[in-house]
Amino acid sequence: MTDEIAHLSCQDFVELVTDYLEGALDDEARARFEHHVGLCPGCDTYLRQMEETAARLGSIPPESLSPEAQSALLDAFRGFAR
Amino acid sequence: MARDDSDLVASLRAGDEAAFSKIVSDWSRPMLTLARSFVSTQASAEEVVQETWLAVLKGLDRFEGRSSLRTWTFRILVNIGKTRGVREHRSIPWSSLGDEDSGPTVDPDRFRGPEDQYAGGWKSFPATWRSAEDDVLEVEVRDRLRAALELLPERQQVVLTLRDVLGCSSEEVCDLLEISAANQRVLLHRARAACRSALAAYLADEPSEEAS
Repeated sequence: MTDEIAHLSCQDFVELVTDYLEGALDDEARARFEHHVGLCPGCDTYLRQMEETAARLGSIPPESLSPEAQSALLDAFRGFAR
Repeated sequence: MARDDSDLVASLRAGDEAAFSKIVSDWSRPMLTLARSFVSTQASAEEVVQETWLAVLKGLDRFEGRSSLRTWTFRILVNIGKTRGVREHRSIPWSSLGDEDSGPTVDPDRFRGPEDQYAGGWKSFPATWRSAEDDVLEVEVRDRLRAALELLPERQQVVLTLRDVLGCSSEEVCDLLEISAANQRVLLHRARAACRSALAAYLADEPSEEAS
């Protein structure tokens, strides 16, 4: 089965990672992708790191609007609501 | 209009200050995060958010509830952000992809050449990462991710912020930005790959892999 993996090179694999994670690959392409990742530790690492990157981006804490800006908005609201 | 939304809109129209305060405090953080991806400074991002809220107040009487008030508000922000981006010379047309959105996302030099028996295979596997469990490392990782985000071309930055930082679905992002699903994936892929590369440089001590 070694030439199965050759249908998809590692270089092609890395460009399909997001399509795979987004569920945008057709059945055949997905099967080839999953077959490849099962046999290739390097691509397995790459896929996990892309997932970890996405997850870590989600842990960036958001900034808050400054208190000055918030109170300016409340003033504006009072001006609108009469 | 959804019931929750019609109550909210009615309260706002009636001048209910508490209702307004609540949505300002609930929505302004994600709005500020999104605004930051359109403009280059935190101060400009605050201006975008303020401008958005003023537009919401002005437009409230015309709001018909075809989308939720929140989506409507975010759509106003995107329009203001796009205009600002143009003014800050950071923008190219949103409907099509640009030069920075094509080409390999991993340095071709990481792979075996066409003459090799294993053409296109890794020369050496990507190094595995240290686990960033301790707090100091966590903070550093976040700082690096923020820096990597800011270096992205505007549209990639906006898409990645919406999807991964704010957790929106691909449908929401396509709808909000008026881009195709295929283009959304291209922008997301490139942006994630660039951030992965920035993390790899730190967590694996491997040379930067991102194709220039």
